[in-house]
Amino acid sequence: MAPPHGGPSRARWEHFSHAADVGIRGIGASPEEAFAQIAVALTAVITDPKLVEPREPVPLSCAAPSMELLLFDWLNALVFAMDTRRMLFSRFLVRLRNDRLEGEAWGEPLDPERHQPAVEVKGATYTELHLFLRPPGEWVAQCVVDV
Amino acid sequence: MDLSRLRKFSENSWELRPQGTMRVPAVFYGSQSLLEQMDEKVAEEAANVASLPGIVRAAYALPDAHWGYGFPIGGVAAFDPEQGGVVSAGGVGFDISCGVRTLLTDLPKAAVAGREEELAEALSREIPAGVGAHGKIHLDESGMDAMLRGGARWAVESGYGEAEDLERIEERGCMSGADPSAVSRDAKSRQKDEMGTLGSGNHYAEVQEVAQIYQPEIAQAYGLEPGALVISLHCGSRGLGHQIGTDYLREMVAAAETFGLRLPERELASAPLSSELGRRYLGAMRAGINCALANRQILTHLIRKVFERFFPERRLTLLYDVSHNTCKEELHQVEGNSVWLFVHRKGATRALGPGHPDLPPCFTPWGQPVLIGGSMGTCSYILAGKPESEERAFSSAVHGAGRQMSRNQAARTWEGGELTRELGRRGILIRARSRRGVAEEAPGAYKDVSAVVEAAEAAGLARRVARLDPRICVKG
Repeated sequence: MAPPHGGPSRARWEHFSHAADVGIRGIGASPEEAFAQIAVALTAVITDPKLVEPREPVPLSCAAPSMELLLFDWLNALVFAMDTRRMLFSRFLVRLRNDRLEGEAWGEPLDPERHQPAVEVKGATYTELHLFLRPPGEWVAQCVVDV
Repeated sequence: MDLSRLRKFSENSWELRPQGTMRVPAVFYGSQSLLEQMDEKVAEEAANVASLPGIVRAAYALPDAHWGYGFPIGGVAAFDPEQGGVVSAGGVGFDISCGVRTLLTDLPKAAVAGREEELAEALSREIPAGVGAHGKIHLDESGMDAMLRGGARWAVESGYGEAEDLERIEERGCMSGADPSAVSRDAKSRQKDEMGTLGSGNHYAEVQEVAQIYQPEIAQAYGLEPGALVISLHCGSRGLGHQIGTDYLREMVAAAETFGLRLPERELASAPLSSELGRRYLGAMRAGINCALANRQILTHLIRKVFERFFPERRLTLLYDVSHNTCKEELHQVEGNSVWLFVHRKGATRALGPGHPDLPPCFTPWGQPVLIGGSMGTCSYILAGKPESEERAFSSAVHGAGRQMSRNQAARTWEGGELTRELGRRGILIRARSRRGVAEEAPGAYKDVSAVVEAAEAAGLARRVARLDPRICVKG
């Protein structure tokens, strides 16, 4: 398991091992924070998130019948936005209300020279897809993404 | 993988007998050491596949199998529509029709001596590769639909390549039954600037040297001369295929209950072949196959243009083009009867034996070329389908080495710049956009492709024809 990253708060992200692909995990004090942190973990599959300037916001929204499906849709919405806008993101704002997610992904246009992107993410999978609360009151969002 | 539960048929063939909800056995091909290295999840996933409705004969895991999602990667499963059989988006994978194409140069290695750097630079400049790379072709809505219907045939008609190329592509370059209307707007919008791009990760374009011949007669028929150069491409259906996988995986998971499917894992999500969803996925997936065939055809054109500058008299010809993430409707022999089955090959290559009616006539006496990609810095192989391939795993063989180390661990173990220099000292030139990408694709992160190919041959899946050693690798 990769060492945890992130600021001094409890909110953080990490990667976990999967044979061919990559497991991503976001941890925070609320489901919103966990969703925002797993998005940073997603960027970290591609490049070092510290290299990505949060210069402009892209609004994203999704709706799904369960929180886990919403997590799957959120990650795929980010994959789609990165691919079609040719951008990378490093800061995320997430609001969850009932079965809807309203979010913003802040980032900048992809610069191959500066970002040195290692690999593109093809999509989120259902493997290890979970959202759960664990002691001492941490929310964990996780998923294996196909690269 | 714990082998104590398996029954050993031969040194390279093992079986897990049906238990619990399994309808058929799970069959594992590979040596004891390859199987022992496999994750326990491979056995679990193969057993789960064996429990799906309408599965015929067995769920197969090949010597390069590894833990996938739902279905193992390196797996084969065939379903009978008359027996309630299903089609599964997870059983095809996200990179629909990802595959390998090999081009013959008819040039000896000496022909590029002293110009290797120049050739590497030119290939790297002309082939759009890596994350976010765009091609020079931009498709509007009607162009997109024509491409999705026509595949490599569309590409040839659009000026990328020659009509005789089509003879040496599976499905003659055009998968029938493609339905562009079953492909979402999102999938098409991911693809509109990505035609003729290599992608990233383990995708590559490589100049290789024919280093060893195992079957001289077949090698000669395939046009493989010892010491000659060939070029191999490994890439797939790009953003379009990935989005089709994502869209239909989600839809099949949501619909599983309505079909009465009780799934031990969501990613086994499938739809009956007779259902509207099943038919719609097949139409979209076939469009994804055409996208991959068109993509490899355009990349072939770009490579030919580079070679024309170096060798104006030389015309690159196709050896063959294979896809290793597909579901195809094929005629197979089951208990003495010819039956139409839907064969999922996820990380598995079709390997038709000699005389098969779907082979181009030039390969009829020899069997289909099976193109096995190595990883940057290791060798690749050309195999040929055998008469026994059919009964082993519905005429299927392996697709590559398969990873043995995660990307994170590889990135911590190697440094891209140092690895590039080390491979350079071994006479392998690497051109890559990302140093971390090179580290993640280090040869040591993969299983030994030679062991995988030897096991495939010993298991009777296909026979080795030639080994190819890398000389120039343009990384995706």
